[in-house]
Amino acid sequence: MERVLMKGNEAFGEGAVRAGCRHFFGYPITPQSELPHYLARRLPEVGGLYLQAESEVAAINMVYGAAAAGARVMTSSSSPGISLMQEGISYIACAELPCVVVNIMRGGPGLGNIAPSQADYFQAVKGGGHGDYRLPVLAPASIQEIIDLIVLAFDLADKYRNPVMVVGDGILGQMMEPVELGPAPEVTPPPKPWATTGTLGRKSRNVVNSLYIEPEELEKVNLRLQAKYKQVEQEEKRWEEYRADDAQVIIVAFGMVARIAKAVVDSMRMAGIPVGLIRPVTLYPFPDKPLAASASGAAKAFLVVEMNAGQMLEDVKLAVCGRKPVHFYGRTGGMVTSVAEVEGKVRDIWEGLK
Amino acid sequence: MAVSTKRTQGLADKHFHYCPGCTHGIIHRLVAEAIEELGVLEKTVGVCPVGCAVFAYDYFNCDMIEAAHGRAPAVATGVKRVLPESVVFTYQGDGDLAAIGTAETVHAAARGERITTIFVNNAVYGMTGGQMAPTTLLGQKTTTTPFGRQSSVAGYPLKVSEMVATIDGAAYVTRVAVNSPKNILRAKKAILKAFNVQLKGLGFSLVEVLSTCPTNWGLSPPEALRWVKEKMIPVYPLGDFKVPEDEV
Ligand SMILES: Cc1ncc(C[n+]2csc(CCOP(=O)(O)OP(=O)(O)O)c2C)c(N)n1
Ligand code: SF4
Repeated sequence: MERVLMKGNEAFGEGAVRAGCRHFFGYPITPQSELPHYLARRLPEVGGLYLQAESEVAAINMVYGAAAAGARVMTSSSSPGISLMQEGISYIACAELPCVVVNIMRGGPGLGNIAPSQADYFQAVKGGGHGDYRLPVLAPASIQEIIDLIVLAFDLADKYRNPVMVVGDGILGQMMEPVELGPAPEVTPPPKPWATTGTLGRKSRNVVNSLYIEPEELEKVNLRLQAKYKQVEQEEKRWEEYRADDAQVIIVAFGMVARIAKAVVDSMRMAGIPVGLIRPVTLYPFPDKPLAASASGAAKAFLVVEMNAGQMLEDVKLAVCGRKPVHFYGRTGGMVTSVAEVEGKVRDIWEGLK
Repeated sequence: MAVSTKRTQGLADKHFHYCPGCTHGIIHRLVAEAIEELGVLEKTVGVCPVGCAVFAYDYFNCDMIEAAHGRAPAVATGVKRVLPESVVFTYQGDGDLAAIGTAETVHAAARGERITTIFVNNAVYGMTGGQMAPTTLLGQKTTTTPFGRQSSVAGYPLKVSEMVATIDGAAYVTRVAVNSPKNILRAKKAILKAFNVQLKGLGFSLVEVLSTCPTNWGLSPPEALRWVKEKMIPVYPLGDFKVPEDEV
């Protein structure tokens, strides 16, 4: 199989092309710029279009129009730009259009900095914009996984007619790793009879809309959305377990932090401490099952590690539901957790358990 | 007696919700007739605004998208770039187009998007209760300029057509009014031309239409028509601000 060295941000772009995405609208922001750079070159090669919008507000609304017209479409940005897109994402969620939004998270709040961060977890998994809506959120932890999850993101978007977010951090975006591309996946987006393409002989006209002035009607729309999210929760939870079976201390981490956590698991096991890792691959729907199972099984304590002040922590606590203590270690502002720091935290927890 | 006018195929069989004497309805009809007459109804996608025309997706008899406030030109860009053969128009009020959506308007023009924008200038925010719009006249009383718009506080009326005409990507920019039969005929011609400019792929086209809001102006429908003539047109002169080069 073809093995190529690829930068994370470029892998997002190539993954999208392999998924059949031919339209990208975006606005420059560090640390995701290599993604639009890549697609500006790559999309014309496959007959696609890269268009630089005047703002993230415009970019997400171009995505709205392109998705309404039936295209597989993507945008990407980093934290402050994703904040600007929230209005549009809320509209797209209510109008039930498929699209993919990539957030290469950076240090916040405010203008923050361009260093790696995971501080947009709440924004990504709890809605982000106004109204009761959810986005499936995927969190790759390697360049290979970026390629695979972008394809999945487009499939989920089409399957559920919903925006899907893929989050990474600056390290994942910037680092290079070898990836196996393999043959391009077979892309068969479902038919989109609802798309506003012009009626073109169709008997009834299509309307893409998120306005329902009668509360009874809007409640029906909300109930339909909630039923959809229920199905997403039943069918789409994904996670990775690493040496978690007999672990007495379970680290929970996503994205790049999970890579650091894996190193900690190995070093702690060498030192005789039974540590394991549960890595959510979908942040929404949150994979609560393996956590609940560990909490009723071998695990004596959990340690959530994030590059934020404790956001996924809340979902882990909900899953563990008071059965075992849940500890937290996080760095903020773009500071990256080191292996030694997490090891220290694990040792403290282990001492406490004895 | 023979029927001299009949309902255009461009409009769905729905009653307008507009106030008595509001000219939004006339403008809808002109746009719908133009689309029908050009024979492009089946490949047209309209994008409606947030404002009094928010329900326009119920009225135009073609595929329609309801955009967020001010974002119609960006949404239209997305549609047109995916479906270059389609005919795409936006229908926007002055708050939608010239306040919250100024950037989207200017940049759609700058990119020369092959879309047509119908810009309804009624010098006020109709839907939200008659607040000042960017196009409100100096001295005009609105619910947020109760003593009349003063330039020292609220600045000056924004002349959108004059501004957009300076942009290279804009191919056709014109201002019309619908306050008299003669002006309505001119408005119709302008709208037809704007769609033709799009069909020829010449660039962005914008038709600014001076429109009434008797409800929020506090005038009767006939008074409102007179107000367009006596107050608005002197500030917003009618005519072409940019025409395609092959027609100069
Ligand atoms: C983001 C956002 N801000 C504010 C509003 C409230 N709003 C609805 S319509 C409108 C103004 C509409 O005025 P205009 O565009 O002039 O259209 P008209 O009603 O006069 O036809 C405003 C401010 C909104 N819907 N969304
Ligand atoms: S409020 Fe004004 S613009 Fe809106 S429908 Fe009534 S008259 Fe027309």
